[in-house]
Amino acid sequence: MSAPYEEATEGTVYTVSGNDWTELIETLSGQQDEKLVINMGPQHPSTHGVLRLILNLDGETVTEARTVIGYLHTGIEKNMEFRTWTQGTTFVTRMDYLAPIFNETAYCMGVEKLLGITDRIPERAQAIRVMMMELTRISSHMVAIGTFGMELGATTPFLFGAREREMVLDVMEYITGLRMNMAYVRPGGVSVDLPAGAVDKVGELLKVMPGRIEDLRKMLDANPVYLARTKDVAYLDLTGCMALGVTGPMLRAAGLPWDLRKSQPYCGYETYEFDVPTEKTGDVYGRYLVRMAEMEESLKIIEQALDRLSGPLKGGRVMVDDKKIGWPAQLALGPDGMGNSPDHIAHIMSGSMEALIHHFKLVTEGFRVPAGQAYASVESPRGELGAHVVSDGGTRPYRVHFRDPSFTNLQSMPATCEGGMVADVISAVASIDPVMGGVDR
Amino acid sequence: MSTDNLPEVPQVPEEPIARRGMFGASGTGDTSGYGGLVVRRKPELSTPRPYGGYFDTVADELDRALGGRFSDAVERVVVDRGELTFHVRRERLVEVAQALRDDPGLRFELSLGVSGVHYPHLEGEELRAVIHLCSITHNRRLRLEVSCPDADPHIPSTVPVYPTHDWHERETWDFFGIIFDGHPALTRIMMPDDWDGHPQRKDYPLGGIPVEYRGAEIPAPDQRRSYS
Repeated sequence: MSAPYEEATEGTVYTVSGNDWTELIETLSGQQDEKLVINMGPQHPSTHGVLRLILNLDGETVTEARTVIGYLHTGIEKNMEFRTWTQGTTFVTRMDYLAPIFNETAYCMGVEKLLGITDRIPERAQAIRVMMMELTRISSHMVAIGTFGMELGATTPFLFGAREREMVLDVMEYITGLRMNMAYVRPGGVSVDLPAGAVDKVGELLKVMPGRIEDLRKMLDANPVYLARTKDVAYLDLTGCMALGVTGPMLRAAGLPWDLRKSQPYCGYETYEFDVPTEKTGDVYGRYLVRMAEMEESLKIIEQALDRLSGPLKGGRVMVDDKKIGWPAQLALGPDGMGNSPDHIAHIMSGSMEALIHHFKLVTEGFRVPAGQAYASVESPRGELGAHVVSDGGTRPYRVHFRDPSFTNLQSMPATCEGGMVADVISAVASIDPVMGGVDR
Repeated sequence: MSTDNLPEVPQVPEEPIARRGMFGASGTGDTSGYGGLVVRRKPELSTPRPYGGYFDTVADELDRALGGRFSDAVERVVVDRGELTFHVRRERLVEVAQALRDDPGLRFELSLGVSGVHYPHLEGEELRAVIHLCSITHNRRLRLEVSCPDADPHIPSTVPVYPTHDWHERETWDFFGIIFDGHPALTRIMMPDDWDGHPQRKDYPLGGIPVEYRGAEIPAPDQRRSYS
């Protein structure tokens, strides 16, 4: 419907909803004005959550594009300053909700750096972290590619992506007790060792997943419609990536094999064999190919980690051997969900008074982290995820800041969209793969 | 009683008190909590040379790139937990950043953004902007720290050197109130446009309401017992 809008300084405001489209076209057909300002979002299926885009259009060409974010800001960083260091994992896991394990690992690596226990994290815990991170990378890329297909109008890739992701989430639930937001990685290790049968479950996934990735490739790799929508679209070269701080698949699709797992290894990544896939095209299709190849590399890493977990690292510790830091008990599945194990409860309630005091002190008061600041980063599915952790020597973080790759990469949206067609904005934003939980925190 | 024959006790400068409380004191046997335990704040670190690893090379190269005026631009160098931090004087920040990015011996091409920290107890340098840099050419990392007083919260913008700082500086302005002079459009990014105050500052309350759970009242998070 068109209506003069009191607050509009120039032009006419058209509000379109539901079935008004025909009416709008009739109204517009007589107009000479080719310039349009379009507001997209924050509630729009193809804006990845609550992202708002404001597009200046000249005909179908985007002349100016601006991003508005902040609709999902929940004050996670501020809230963490009022909880213990361990409770922090419960918050960070909710930031980039498609890749929770990465948030937790980056944060815990920062805390461990401050505590000076990085070298004392048990190898088994590190291998579990690696395996969980790579599983998460697959599930995250599956969502990226699946939703991307849907945004272009193809529903089958989404069904495939969602199905494959659910397979990974089932394994996650089996291991951690939760599908998402699992707060599994803790300062000092992980919250619970792999349950019996977990190795078989992951092994099963390793058998099925290559075929599923292959199916997705068969459907999309050479699909003419898909190629037409992705090839040479939203081009961003290496210089642009560097200037805008873009990392992750976008940077690797521009040709730079920069992957923190290789260049600045952590959690023992230097001992795993895998390649860093790159493309030289710097377009949406290149980013898609990088993501597909990364999932295949992830499978290789998971296989190696699984071999170690069921072989040389079997039965090792999963929490640092420091009673003043490590959580006193393993978790176990009880009638009301995952919690402290019944054995541990029996031990502290009727066995040892000292154990009870120790448990109480560590759980309610937490541990102290020596004053200072540290920066730890991991290669998340979207790029470098960094945690800047500051302590004043207390039991609570003094300040935690997350350098979320979605936030930084989203800045490149105008650079990739301006001058292109309005339809390509959708593929450009989708190829950045922003997760608003991580952008807004 | 005469005090003439007592030995002279040298005055030990005491660090300011970080916190008082019942728990968390170390170095004394008194854990009863009745001794009025205090935890003293650690002095600000300053690391003398050699810094170790590639850190000396970075400092030397920066000194050369700045024409020998390294100590003029960098107030303090801290090496802590395997990380190198340059505390840069704010009026020299852009020049230092430019040298760090462009000099072939330094080449910190990638910036990982700006983070803010508020230290209300550090008079004259309450607000800090922390920049993490990464050199892909040399595979090195470096942290720049710039401070400004609460009364004059201005830091020059580094957007012309690192365009990625655009949103990061907006975020730091939004959360801490640090004004980045020369930023192309320093507006709020996370909070609504008409928001009052800067929420990540230490003097800004967290807020929240008490919640009832199984008959007991749980106070809001910032009202709960703190052991820090």
